Amino acid sequence: MDWYIILAASIKVVVFVFLVTLPLVAMSVWAERRVSAAIQDRVGPNRVGPAGLLQPVADGIKFLLKEDFTPNHVRKSYYWLAPALTMIPSLLTCAVIPFGSKLFGEKMVIADLDVGPLFVFAVASLTVYGIVLAGWASNSKYPFLGSVRSTSQMISYEISLGLSIVPLLMIYGELNLGYIVMEQAQNGWALLPLWGDGLSVKGWLLTIPLFISFVVFTTSIFAETNRLPFDLPECETELVAGYHTEYSSMKFALFFLGEYAAMIIGSGLAVTLFFGGWSLPFGWFNPESADAEVPFWHGLIHIGAFFGKVILFILFFIAVRWTLPRFRYDQLMRLGWVVFFELALANVILTALLLMWLK
Amino acid sequence: MAIIVDRPKLKWWEHLYLPALAKGLRITLGHFFKMLRGNTKVTMQYPEEKWDANLPEYYRGAPALVTDEQERERCVACQLCEFICPPRAITIKPEEIPSDDKWAKVEKRPKTFEIDMIRCIYCGFCEEVCPEQAIYLRKDYAITGTSRGEMVHDKERLYKIGGVRVGLVNKWNELK
Repeated sequence: MDWYIILAASIKVVVFVFLVTLPLVAMSVWAERRVSAAIQDRVGPNRVGPAGLLQPVADGIKFLLKEDFTPNHVRKSYYWLAPALTMIPSLLTCAVIPFGSKLFGEKMVIADLDVGPLFVFAVASLTVYGIVLAGWASNSKYPFLGSVRSTSQMISYEISLGLSIVPLLMIYGELNLGYIVMEQAQNGWALLPLWGDGLSVKGWLLTIPLFISFVVFTTSIFAETNRLPFDLPECETELVAGYHTEYSSMKFALFFLGEYAAMIIGSGLAVTLFFGGWSLPFGWFNPESADAEVPFWHGLIHIGAFFGKVILFILFFIAVRWTLPRFRYDQLMRLGWVVFFELALANVILTALLLMWLK
Repeated sequence: MAIIVDRPKLKWWEHLYLPALAKGLRITLGHFFKMLRGNTKVTMQYPEEKWDANLPEYYRGAPALVTDEQERERCVACQLCEFICPPRAITIKPEEIPSDDKWAKVEKRPKTFEIDMIRCIYCGFCEEVCPEQAIYLRKDYAITGTSRGEMVHDKERLYKIGGVRVGLVNKWNELK
């Protein structure tokens, strides 16, 4: 392989994953605490650095310096493996998300796969192993119950998650995320077809199934990342802390960060699929075609637009977490199997009919 | 008799759950933006803001010894406070005032006077029991230290906190 490709790919990996996504994970923990505080009329962490912005650094140092305690009653190898298995898949899914158009003639996506969403779902479903192993290896009742809940919840919602984006793929007829974004940049975002070809009866009628799939997709992402209102695997009132009860120090931090990383990747995917990824509304600063050269500062604007949208979506995640109460377990399962599964299936059929009718 | 409360029948759009989400978000985001605009009254930011100016006259803070207007230490080492102190925080070692001292007629004074601020419960009995008005509860409340030894206030420190108190006991005055 050409050394140039390897160099470009590794620079993209280092910059996107380690210099942007991981700090974004840390900052979203800070944002979560400040926003939740503001929602509850409190102040929140404001001591470390200006407005408490360095709080994640302090947290990280605390986690690193704490005693890394391994209880005697656990299965050591699995116990050590579990945190890594939750964190790594979350970061791996960064690979296919296009976070910008082009910079120096390089496509701003680490791996330009033709099966983008499928890769994301395949890898993201591995996180369930981390949680199962954590619960099982901890050899303790609360982690076990938490992991059992989490497993069934994640597997249930993976189905509706996968089915919910089928209408989108039918409409664009392509599984390459970069292509989907390019299409949306030129012909209107999936949920906002206000320019290009999207400004037509067809474009507006298709927003109906797209909106349904957006609702199903977002809710399933909430369930997949184990966040409120679906945080049953770790609900404090019943299960102490769920599957990470027996974990401390950096191993706990990995679970914690894995959850936030999954949230960020989920936001990135939702933005890519439904809100036009890196593109600006009304085709501003759009490249002519997928192969056209993009000026340097346009590329920067596109990257900024992508992360701006992701941050807005994360704020939405946080606001929802502090708004809704937790679902009961049977309600959660009913919602997953009886409502969303059917809704997603019916949505596929609805889209097919619409596409047939509008052709 | 048991009262049966029927569950409210939900409309079809209430079953969708999304209107409830919007309603909830309106409340939470309302609080959020109110905070961003600075219209929310939040709790006092303690180390920066303090309540000191509003402490009442009767506030019971750290106990301290006082001298009178002639710079005589008021304490005559009667040890009543030591005996009354419920957590036994006060330790006094009395000594005799030598006869060539200006205040020889007082006869007794504390050689050492220590209050263990880890034990002190700020009850104010020492102030109440003192016949010489020598010990007072001041308004200092943030008594901190990095070791147990540091938390024991000795005589010098107690006088520093206490300062001078004028009047009240006149029996040792020259005029009388």
